[in-house]
Amino acid sequence: MTEVAQRLDARGMNCPLPILKTRQAINRIASGEVLEITATDPGSLKDMAAFCSQTGHHLLSSDTAGQGYVFLIEKA
Amino acid sequence: MTTSAATTLDNVQLDAWLDRRLDDLLPEKLRKIEASATPSMSLIATKGTLDWAYPPFILASTAAALGWEVAIFFTFYGLLLLKKNLDAQVSPLGNPAMPMKMPFGPKWFRDRDWPMPNLLMAGIPGFETLATSLMKKTFSNKGVATVEELRTLCIEADVKMIACQMTVDVFGFDNSEFIPEVTDYVGATSFLPVARQSNVCLFI
Repeated sequence: MTEVAQRLDARGMNCPLPILKTRQAINRIASGEVLEITATDPGSLKDMAAFCSQTGHHLLSSDTAGQGYVFLIEKA
Repeated sequence: MTTSAATTLDNVQLDAWLDRRLDDLLPEKLRKIEASATPSMSLIATKGTLDWAYPPFILASTAAALGWEVAIFFTFYGLLLLKKNLDAQVSPLGNPAMPMKMPFGPKWFRDRDWPMPNLLMAGIPGFETLATSLMKKTFSNKGVATVEELRTLCIEADVKMIACQMTVDVFGFDNSEFIPEVTDYVGATSFLPVARQSNVCLFI
């Protein structure tokens, strides 16, 4: 079970807010820590993957959960 | 005589060898330089209506979230987006691409498009105000940030907000009307080199 250092609730937010809030949250955790994001924006699936590939952070998992999505990102 | 002939031959062979080695080494070196460079984007924002306020702020804030260096040059009506009191309006008049849907009521009601005759849009006073508030409601329903919020996010993400000095003069503005976070008041001459250096340059 990965330990989550910080949780971000981005449900109800649409592009570009989920990514912007993710960036702010990632800045607040230390390298190696994990950020969990819950979102309902259907675009966030691709956006989170693109965010990680562009910034070098690691997308540990992206799952559908109920009406939305859950992402786990490890700060590089 | 023999020495200089031998030197010339060496140089030719040396050049051929160097050429082959460069072919081997350069692509990898260039790829590494490319990968470690910070991507940059410059935007030229020229419009001041509500519908045109979103694209520059969304693109800039998203690029900044990805770690890019971003600069926006606000010129002509784009300068209005830097005002302390941001009051961007929108009108469907002369804007046939704008869908007119109601952001309230049951789903079948919301899905209906209400085409307005130009006469109505031009004739009724306060129509832009109505259209503006309907659009704002539509955006808030869908969880999209307001233009002010996006602008603040851009500033927090260190996006350079550059104002066009010429536009300030021509339209008779005073610098005090704009947000204090404006990075600089310059002309096109100062901005074009920035645009040239950036990886992505967009005219909005």
